[in-house]
Amino acid sequence: MYPASFDYHTPGSVQEAISLLGKLRDDAKLLAGGHSLIPMMKLRLAQPKHLIDLRKVPGLAGIREDGGSIALGAMTTHWQVESSKLLQAKIPVVSDAAGMIGDPQVRNLGTIGGSLAHADPAADMPAVMIALGVEFVIEGARGRRTVKVDDFFKGLMMTAVGPDEILVEIRVPVPPAGSGAAYLKFPHPASRFAVVGVCAALTVDGKGICTKAGVGVTGAGTKAVRAKGVEAGLAGKALDQAAIEAAAAKAADGVDVQADLQGSAEYKSHLLRVHARRAIEAALGRAKGGK
Amino acid sequence: MATATGTRLFGAPEKRREDPRFITGRGQYVDDVKLPGMTHAAFVRSPHAHARLKRVDAAPARAVPGVVAVYTALDLKVGALPCGWMLPNIKVPPRPALASGKVRYVGEPVAVVVGETAYAAKDGAEAVRVEYEALPGVSDPRKAHDKGAPQLFDDIPQNQCFYWTIGDKTATEAAFKSAAKVVAQPLRNQRLIPNAIEPRACVASYAPGTGDLTLWVTSQNPHVHRLLMAAFILGIPETKMRVIAPDVGGGFGSKIFVYNEEVVAAWASKALARPVKWTAERRESFLNDAHGRDHVTEVEMAFDRGGKITGLRVKTHANLGAYLSTFAPLIPSYLYGPLLSGVYRIPAIFCEVWGMLTTTAPVDAYRGAGRPEATYLLERTMDRAADDLGVDPAELRRQNLILPFTSGTPYQTPVAFAYDSGNYEPALNRALELSGYAKARREQEEGRKRGRYIGIGVSTYIEACGPAPSAVAGSLGAGAGLWESGQVRVHPTGAVTVYTGSHSHGQGHETTFAQLVADQLGIPMAQVEIVHGDTAQIPFGMGTYGSRSACVGGSAILMSLDKVKAKGRKIAAHLLEANEQDLVFEGGKWSVKGSPGKAKTWGEVSLMAYLAHNLPQGMEPGLEATSFFDPPNFTFPFGAHVAVVEVDAETGQTKLLKYVAVDDVGRVINPMIVDGMVHGGIAQGVGQALWEHGVYSDDGQLLAATMMDYALPKADQLPSYETERTVTPSPVNPLGIKGAGETGTIAATPTVANAVIDALAPFGIAHIDMPLTPDKIWKAVTAARK
Ligand SMILES: Cc1cc2nc3c(=O)[nH]c(=O)nc-3n(C[C@H](O)[C@H](O)[C@H](O)COP(=O)(O)OP(=O)(O)OC[C@H]3O[C@@H](n4cnc5c(N)ncnc54)[C@H](O)[C@@H]3O)c2cc1C
Repeated sequence: MYPASFDYHTPGSVQEAISLLGKLRDDAKLLAGGHSLIPMMKLRLAQPKHLIDLRKVPGLAGIREDGGSIALGAMTTHWQVESSKLLQAKIPVVSDAAGMIGDPQVRNLGTIGGSLAHADPAADMPAVMIALGVEFVIEGARGRRTVKVDDFFKGLMMTAVGPDEILVEIRVPVPPAGSGAAYLKFPHPASRFAVVGVCAALTVDGKGICTKAGVGVTGAGTKAVRAKGVEAGLAGKALDQAAIEAAAAKAADGVDVQADLQGSAEYKSHLLRVHARRAIEAALGRAKGGK
Repeated sequence: MATATGTRLFGAPEKRREDPRFITGRGQYVDDVKLPGMTHAAFVRSPHAHARLKRVDAAPARAVPGVVAVYTALDLKVGALPCGWMLPNIKVPPRPALASGKVRYVGEPVAVVVGETAYAAKDGAEAVRVEYEALPGVSDPRKAHDKGAPQLFDDIPQNQCFYWTIGDKTATEAAFKSAAKVVAQPLRNQRLIPNAIEPRACVASYAPGTGDLTLWVTSQNPHVHRLLMAAFILGIPETKMRVIAPDVGGGFGSKIFVYNEEVVAAWASKALARPVKWTAERRESFLNDAHGRDHVTEVEMAFDRGGKITGLRVKTHANLGAYLSTFAPLIPSYLYGPLLSGVYRIPAIFCEVWGMLTTTAPVDAYRGAGRPEATYLLERTMDRAADDLGVDPAELRRQNLILPFTSGTPYQTPVAFAYDSGNYEPALNRALELSGYAKARREQEEGRKRGRYIGIGVSTYIEACGPAPSAVAGSLGAGAGLWESGQVRVHPTGAVTVYTGSHSHGQGHETTFAQLVADQLGIPMAQVEIVHGDTAQIPFGMGTYGSRSACVGGSAILMSLDKVKAKGRKIAAHLLEANEQDLVFEGGKWSVKGSPGKAKTWGEVSLMAYLAHNLPQGMEPGLEATSFFDPPNFTFPFGAHVAVVEVDAETGQTKLLKYVAVDDVGRVINPMIVDGMVHGGIAQGVGQALWEHGVYSDDGQLLAATMMDYALPKADQLPSYETERTVTPSPVNPLGIKGAGETGTIAATPTVANAVIDALAPFGIAHIDMPLTPDKIWKAVTAARK
């Protein structure tokens, strides 16, 4: 309830925020929606001496189309992502997943950048980002750089964003025609975070052959990962039930599944496989033009 | 006995008068109390389940800016926290306000830091250095009983605080010997953690000039708080202490008890001669508020060839936690064993209870308190029996129901209670009808063919409410009477202030009691003020729990209303120069029978009572009355609930599709408020069946100590309930009310658990312990499929 005391900064630009980060180093934390950071501060699990609030930094929020991608500003709230007409039309799975985060209060304050930079192992968005093959735009004292999603999630709550860097934008490629994606989660009964979550993004050609498959899983392990075995089981195949089941059976491969109050590693691995199958089925339905 | 006569407002779904202030943030809760010079307390709590306290070093905390004082058990000069209910041969362990010598559960307060601000106090609490020598812990009540289990107290061998029985052992053994069928089921009623929206809080303010201590505290029973704290803990005259429980945001039992924090704050306020405030953080609520349930039980039920129950045998290890909370021994004894007959004719019952100390937070009354535990085991076993006997579970229940008794002759069970009035079959029939039971069974059959697992759960229940006849309570070990007070003070304008000893922390007394008064006096509700929660204003009272406010507290008010009306009638007769017997009181005025023009209004009579210009010879001025209602018996609400669920056999996830509740709570003052009680109660009951678990590791670490881990039910997980009522008035109070505060919690848990197990019948699964979480269901299904 009562965080340790801290100083509060409101930079007016990304550069100012970065120079503050450079100066204050480990004593500082960036503040986005505060819906992961502030609960940790209230429990005194995090005790930053300085908070650098990004909410007054212009240009960090918003959704725009940019060539073949949609660019999501890091400070875009879950609700803005959920309700974006552009996303709903072009990459609806991102809006769908945002709508499954927490509750309306959480979605009105929490941000997509905060969620991805925080990299909670049970967060929803990471699975979707992996499935869609996004890129992250990160800015630091040495300028901007772009990181592919496969190089972004490094470990338990660890990402490619350096201590003196800011995640500024997420670039989501707009999938070609014949694509469909679905995110399915098994919510924690208390927190609503994902006990497991699976996102499948598929592209199928005219003959019903899967030409591209992206599958991301979250929740079960210490970080969100790409389900390479599942993807290999889908790409280049005609997706009949047998193929889907065989592919989904690989959903837990390579995931460091953690047992906790929500279930054993065996159960969570099973949930991953079930959710992978259901997500693939839903994604395929959408790819073939169903809704 | 006084009688309720009105018909208009009594029974009307009046909107709650208190809600506008709650909804618009204008309630005045304990945390809203701000006093000049006020300090703030923060507690240093044990991270260990069980440890020897080697050393507490307060020096670093004293150096923190803004810290006013640090106290440990060595400083504190107060008595132990008392236990208010005794059982034969009970061993009561001393419960210090701050741990002394040893800590015995995670979260036990070890020291307090008082600061100029809550932040300073918290910083100070973090700086206190405590050296512990860790000892092994034990959280399971049965394991705590083992020889060689960690010992909490040297003089309480094998951690057994009490052993208690009820019923006839010999008759029960005989019933089992001659039984055609015996159904046995070990089961656990898991630990729950109450979560009122408003966390517990207190502000203690000692006035050195007068020696008066005022304590604002989140209490369901301010007088009981005052009595226990003044007489047993602080050792001051009751007259020097005032307890105020202002707006209180929910309790569910957890705010009945006297806790460490208010004792420490009261003492510190005197030591510092400054007000001291403490408001629990949510995590502290999880750790130190009294928990509920936590039974490990073996049930056996005996049947004859025709499916009639002939005997019931119950053995329970009840987890009491590390110390006895205020009423802890009562819950798994007299609020449990005597309920074991349910609504069934059971000729022989024997129940044994071992009250066990473990290295966990104290366990005490939580909504339902003992009655949900009894109902759950009975109703779960009835379903098991139906399965074993190959009969429909609703039918098995019907066959064994107690026949109607509404004439005033009570039904005597073999476990002490004599039920007040009951007519059980109509509620069961109506619940089955409303739920479309027969159709649901057909759909279940159909669904199973297509791999859909629908389950239908039926449960009846009975509960004992409106505690209690004081003499009976006394003979069973109560440290207090259980009557209620109601004072009615009529003002010269005819407006009425009611002072009730019961306390509203969500129940809506300000509305229902005003309805009762307005109805009886024929005046608008706006003319009625309900005062509760302040020992300086109201006569001694027992507070609110056990669904007692309307039936006991309301009846005390009614008695006082009858007294002021009787005096008013005398005044009216005098003014109208008529015979008292010739007056009719209706619509707020007395008129002379036959000549309706000749009348005196309530207001005119009230005014004359205070003007006293023209009163009957020898009559004292004024118009007020105080009454104490001590009911002759408990009341026994009952009902039948039905739930329909669907289980995803692949993931183990349960979805609640339909919920029907038919309750009989006797007469109803405000049906909307009763519906609200039933709805909230069902949500809590569903929560226990499917999600909630105050789970400790074997060695006593609380694993679900935040809202992110402890799964309270949420609105979007619940269907719209269908609720109805049958009405069987209680003969034991003049209002005919049975009580409605706990019915939902008691019935919903077994109803939903039965539904889930019913859904899993095709897998041959006969029982899973609650909460029926997806992983447990999946595990059972997987094992069955092998
Ligand atoms: C009750 C509740 C339920 C929730 N349920 C879910 C759920 O179901 N699914 C889910 O996925 N999440 C859930 N969340 C988390 C929620 O989505 C958070 O909002 C999100 O994880 C963090 O975003 P934020 O904007 O609040 O970040 P903050 O809490 O402000 O920051 C989180 C961390 O990221 C860092 N950070 C923030 N922005 C940046 C940036 N631009 N660059 C670099 N570092 C940055 C901060 O320094 C901090 O360390 C829930 C949260 C709550 C409180």
